[in-house]
Amino acid sequence: MTTHGVEAKPSTAAEVRIASRAELRSLRVPIAILIVVCLVAPFLVYPVFLMKMLCFALFACAFNLLIGYVGLLSFGHALFLGGAGYLAAHAARVWGLPFELAVLTGTATATVLGLVVGWVAIRRQGIYFAMITLALAQMFYFFCLRAPFTGGEDGIQGVPRGKLLGLLSLDNNLTMYFVVLAIFLLGFFFVFRVIHSPFGQVLKAVRENEPRAVSLGYKSDHYKLIAFVLSAAVSGLAGATKAIVFQLASLTDVYWSTSGEVILMVLLGGLGTIFGPVVGAVVIVCVESFLAQIGGWVTVVQGGLFIVCVLAFRRGIIGELARVLHRPL
Amino acid sequence: MTTVFGIPIQALFSQLLVGLINGSFYALLSLGLAIIFGLLNVINFCHGALYMLGALLAWLMLEHAGIGYWPALILSPLAVGLFGALIERTMLKRLRGLDPLYGLLLTFGLALVIQGVARNYFGVSGEPYDIPPQLTGGKNLGFMYLPNYRGWVILVSVLLCTLTWFVTERTRLGSYLRAATENPLLVQAFGINVPRLITITYGLGVALAAFAGVMAAPIYRVSPLMGADLIIVVFAVVVIGGMGSIFGSIVTGFALGVIEGLTKVFYPEASSTVVFVIMAIVLLVKPAGLFGRTT
Amino acid sequence: MRIASRLLALVVALPVVALAQGKTIKIGVLNDQSGLYADLGGQGSVTAAKMAAEEFGNKVAGMPIEIVFADHQNKPDIGSSIATKWYDVDGVDAIVDVPNSGVALAIAKITADKNKVFIDSGAATSDLTGKACTPNTVHWTYDTWSLANGTGKEVVKAGGDTWFFLVADYAFGKALERDTSAVVTANGGKVLGSVSHPLNASDFSSFLLQAQSSKAKIIGLANAGGDTINSIKAASEFGIVQGGQKLAGLLVFITDVHALGLKAANGLQLTSAFYWDRDDKTRAWSKKFAARFNGREPSMVQAGVYAGVMHYLKAVQALKSKDDGKAVVAKMKALPTDDPAFGKGTIRADGRKIHPMYLYEVKKPAESKGPWDYYKQIKEIPADQAFRPLDKGECPLVTAAKK
Repeated sequence: MTTHGVEAKPSTAAEVRIASRAELRSLRVPIAILIVVCLVAPFLVYPVFLMKMLCFALFACAFNLLIGYVGLLSFGHALFLGGAGYLAAHAARVWGLPFELAVLTGTATATVLGLVVGWVAIRRQGIYFAMITLALAQMFYFFCLRAPFTGGEDGIQGVPRGKLLGLLSLDNNLTMYFVVLAIFLLGFFFVFRVIHSPFGQVLKAVRENEPRAVSLGYKSDHYKLIAFVLSAAVSGLAGATKAIVFQLASLTDVYWSTSGEVILMVLLGGLGTIFGPVVGAVVIVCVESFLAQIGGWVTVVQGGLFIVCVLAFRRGIIGELARVLHRPL
Repeated sequence: MTTVFGIPIQALFSQLLVGLINGSFYALLSLGLAIIFGLLNVINFCHGALYMLGALLAWLMLEHAGIGYWPALILSPLAVGLFGALIERTMLKRLRGLDPLYGLLLTFGLALVIQGVARNYFGVSGEPYDIPPQLTGGKNLGFMYLPNYRGWVILVSVLLCTLTWFVTERTRLGSYLRAATENPLLVQAFGINVPRLITITYGLGVALAAFAGVMAAPIYRVSPLMGADLIIVVFAVVVIGGMGSIFGSIVTGFALGVIEGLTKVFYPEASSTVVFVIMAIVLLVKPAGLFGRTT
Repeated sequence: MRIASRLLALVVALPVVALAQGKTIKIGVLNDQSGLYADLGGQGSVTAAKMAAEEFGNKVAGMPIEIVFADHQNKPDIGSSIATKWYDVDGVDAIVDVPNSGVALAIAKITADKNKVFIDSGAATSDLTGKACTPNTVHWTYDTWSLANGTGKEVVKAGGDTWFFLVADYAFGKALERDTSAVVTANGGKVLGSVSHPLNASDFSSFLLQAQSSKAKIIGLANAGGDTINSIKAASEFGIVQGGQKLAGLLVFITDVHALGLKAANGLQLTSAFYWDRDDKTRAWSKKFAARFNGREPSMVQAGVYAGVMHYLKAVQALKSKDDGKAVVAKMKALPTDDPAFGKGTIRADGRKIHPMYLYEVKKPAESKGPWDYYKQIKEIPADQAFRPLDKGECPLVTAAKK
């Protein structure tokens, strides 16, 4: 899918590194604002709610890597979020692993799943790719529904939060929040770094004109697969963290509605922008919480937002903002 | 009692029958999807929601206007087809020329809206819809029990699929459709109103889905979410059959229904995933699908 | 503008951290408002809770009573996050109802962790007073053991000695199958097999065909609500009952019978804790309920919410405080219960509310005088026999007390 970010034009690896550092410097004001708001927020707003936002923001960043920079629309990303969540929950509750190892287990699971799904799905492009990822994700949903360790409809409940590095008890919401914030920032900057690297440049080339990239000698399928696996891994990080924070891994996280939600978050925030996914995630989580009193209308509003965004608001919030300010965001 | 591989023959044939019925719905829905994709290059994600709408309208007509099954078979697809044409005219048209993924996202949003509104007014558990009196009861065929209505479903599906295939492949209208898929500009140059053709095609494809919905109402309850999980299986069917091929969709739909039924007999735990497993295998061996043409 | 949009998002979100616990008694009715179990609880449970609060003049020990409600949509993650927010931010003191055993188990744990009160009326799993019991949980109305003991035992004694189960694939279905299988085998019967179906399945034909091919005399429906209704309808379509097999609805509510109609449901035997037409007291209370709720008679779940909230408020009144959940539940166990819906009863050490259960049979259309006149009583199971014996439940509270 074509996006509307503004790109620099370096050519060697060194120039790319310099350009990425320059871009990082030019974004220092927005990044500073982001960090300050995140540090202050838990004292004003219910930390559990904020943690939900952070996990989904990370998930959206991971998804944006794939759709915004590689141009592949995956309709099955819930597979990675939920799959990692189940394994992390199982690791924490049944195997008794400490927090960081449980999260790593979840992330590793998502990476492996990403490799398998990516290898099957990359063979096709565009719409086919979307349908294949959706079908594979649904297959995984049915597997989770029947497999005994997932607890079926009940999910894995009573997951202990444990201690960070054996020292810091995570039962306190505030402590947990700062740990989640650290994980989010880690993931966020990792995705940023991937995008602004020689690897990221090749991805952009593949997205803009794949035959040309191939003719230049780049094995486009390999690059796409690696990007897919990275996206899956970061989604897994988000999912594993979410399962431990909420002490529950459930079927909702592997259902296609979650895949749809993350697409909406990135679409609304702005495809292919740096901060778009974060803003999109915040807005959607708030809208859902606000509408929770009215229950069933949430899906209608989500559907409406999709329609409006696709017809009239394709650049998304940050995309429009970037256009107005004439700078990449 | 005779057994085949340890399964009593009655159970085998009964499950095959259930599989064939599911297959009928897969075939009807993937047919509509294939036609719409062929001409509009849009994956119609709201196909499942419109299938549900067809069933819902039939139920509403019965509840509030006393209109029974037989008139509903015509009226409901007509209404939903018109609704579909409206969607195409007002929304899908604007996405012509853009990346087809936007069409997918738009129809996804539409599906959420239609399903959400239905869910809010009718609840999740669904409403019952009685089998029309002319088709109740069943025949004991000795090796299995065949409810009449289910036999009727299979018969109508096969007829309708054959009819659609015939129209698309062997009539002039069909040839215009196929030509417009290949090269809309040239076809328009010949004086054929391509935008109108597209709108009509979308309407027809959607009407087909609604028709399937009315047929499904007596068997599955009329529930707002009846199309949601079904559409994903239909996607898999279409991928297996090959996106450009109408014949492929029909044959694959029926075949997969039967395979799913067989799986329920021998290995029930895998029955909901077998379609997707087959899809993965087909993709690895023949990426364009079994009957597909590589684009 | 991004800053503004972020601040706007924070304001719109509004779950500001709560200050000290308020001086209101807040009771949260958490159940399924829009799905599979909406009819047997839903808004009716909210009405029932309000009726209970009004019996106390909407004020207890100087504190006003507030009833709030939310829809858990039968999903443990949604139920958990509502409960956590209610307890942490909104100052809710007690959660009641909660049908769907998976959600109930999650709520029981959260309630214990935060030392609040959980009075379950809608869920069935006997694990709530067994392995998963806590000092903060009271399980009212019914559970899988009492249903299995009622319906299961009677059906086996009447000759249905081979069973095949259709099981809803979650905590409740599995618990019901487990408890009923135990009763069947203990009374000399045999379980030939079972098949699991997802919650809210749309098509039961393939599952029923497997039941048919098993040739079991009884097909036990270990599911509830819309799933039970659909199973019964599909069974009649495939000629299962004509073929000689019988259906046993292990958990059937009066709302299910109302939806099926007497023509389809007559002859069905079921166990229930409450029936609106049982005696003068239940009739009087049900009349008041129906007047406030569209003429619909209350289900046993709604009656349980009423009685549970009444007893909770009685305990708070006696303690003159609501803040320590354990203490309130201990008081509820110490005080005997008495209400028009269930009569006199007690709450045991494991949180199980004890009252008689009743075996009913659904009337034939000719026997019924009008809507909701559906049951005829076959047997009253006395309170001391209706529920699982205290020492058989593996409840840690009980085993610890013994030492």
